[in-house]
Amino acid sequence: MANIRHVCDVLIVGAGPAGLAAAWRAASSGVRVSVVDDNPAAGGQIWRGEQAKPSSAEPQAWFERIRSVDIQMINGARVFQQPEAGMLLAETSQDVCELNYESLVLATGARERFLPFPGWTLPNVMGAGGLQALVKTGLPIEAKRVVVAGSGPLLLAVAAYLRGRGAEVLLIAEQASSLQLARFSIGLFGKSSQALALKRQLKGVPYRSGCWVVAAHGADELESVTLIRGGKRWEVACDYLACGFHLVPNLELAELLGCSVERGTVTVDEFQQTTVSQIYGAGEATGIGGLEPSLVEGEIAGLAAAGKRDEARKLFPIREKHQKFADLLNRTFALRDELKHLAALETIVCRCEDVTFERLRRHRSWRAAKLQTRCGMGPCQGRVCGGAVEFLFGWRAESVRPPALPVRVESLIRGTE
Amino acid sequence: MPETVRLSVNGVSVEMPAGSMVSAAILKSGTYAFRRSVTGEPRGPLCGMGICFECRVTIDGEPHCRSCQIVCKDGMDVRTDG
Repeated sequence: MANIRHVCDVLIVGAGPAGLAAAWRAASSGVRVSVVDDNPAAGGQIWRGEQAKPSSAEPQAWFERIRSVDIQMINGARVFQQPEAGMLLAETSQDVCELNYESLVLATGARERFLPFPGWTLPNVMGAGGLQALVKTGLPIEAKRVVVAGSGPLLLAVAAYLRGRGAEVLLIAEQASSLQLARFSIGLFGKSSQALALKRQLKGVPYRSGCWVVAAHGADELESVTLIRGGKRWEVACDYLACGFHLVPNLELAELLGCSVERGTVTVDEFQQTTVSQIYGAGEATGIGGLEPSLVEGEIAGLAAAGKRDEARKLFPIREKHQKFADLLNRTFALRDELKHLAALETIVCRCEDVTFERLRRHRSWRAAKLQTRCGMGPCQGRVCGGAVEFLFGWRAESVRPPALPVRVESLIRGTE
Repeated sequence: MPETVRLSVNGVSVEMPAGSMVSAAILKSGTYAFRRSVTGEPRGPLCGMGICFECRVTIDGEPHCRSCQIVCKDGMDVRTDG
């Protein structure tokens, strides 16, 4: 194992749309830019695989912009610690990277919210984005029967993608009510061409609002799911369940660095600066809004981090326009209370430590539950059950301690030198 | 770069498009249980993006590799614990 040292003016964590937009703007301003990302290639989740083979004009244009400037890309590296101000440590499969910076942009993105229900731990029950990621990275899905369920616009995008790859999408179950969705459709004017394209791709696939999965069944892997709508229950045989309940921001690194987090998002000012000087936040980590707000926030953060505040200011009106859409999005896909009662007493909530709903409900805080049950103390460190216990019990994580992810002992030793 | 790679999953040979992830190769080989949970339940990938740690397998003798974050290479030996 070697220690690799990088020095830059602006360091960006995350190579999704927000991170790439920040990198392009900062690099165009003439400062030295490095981008560190935990995936093998840039693009984040939404642009996974788009660098090698763009499927539409927008990612293609962005990757061309990225190639036109001088940026140091560090892929496959997971940031786990800040041993001192202005320096992060990241672990790769072989090495530890020391990343030295003047300004930092956190573009850490979001993950799906998972909610426990009987059978959700069975193999082949996955996130909606989870199954899409697997198919994008080589899983054949042709002729497989898939139920897409949960909440949020991602369900439609995933269903359309899977269908395009030959999957038999049996049903899309959206927990939001038809009334909530109608308001959202009215607010979709700016995106109507996108909405129409999705509608075309999903022609003939039932889209059920006010509908959700109450149980998944199978011996060693998924065989069927039970759905509920308007009090009526029915069972559907399937090969995969792609189920995610909208998104939650990845906040661990921001919290580790002492940035203030409010209402589940990283707090930022008009220049996307967090409460810690010279640390900026952009994209889903600062609030779930999708691609467009992520790009403009990234651009603003990149310019501000490079000291170009006047240029950043010119982009404020664009951000404001997208913010309205983001607000509507989050109101529309707010989770209904019935979902709090899906888990049976014996249903596992913390998948790392196999902690059941029954054991958790006796406790008054996550801290108490952690101490008594080890909930959230396994390898994922609460990244999966955290979103669930927040919704089920109103618990929020109280602190994030280094390392932010499980790392090799050698890397830890490096972090304490 | 060759267009496909060939690796072994629990002794079963699997051909994958170059650039595929190990997690996809395991599912393609017909194995759905990647690991056993602390109480012995079979588990497979959930998040597909390196967050959940459910897709951990042994690759070329190294345990606890997140198969959804590792690109398939020719001759790789993948072992699940399912």
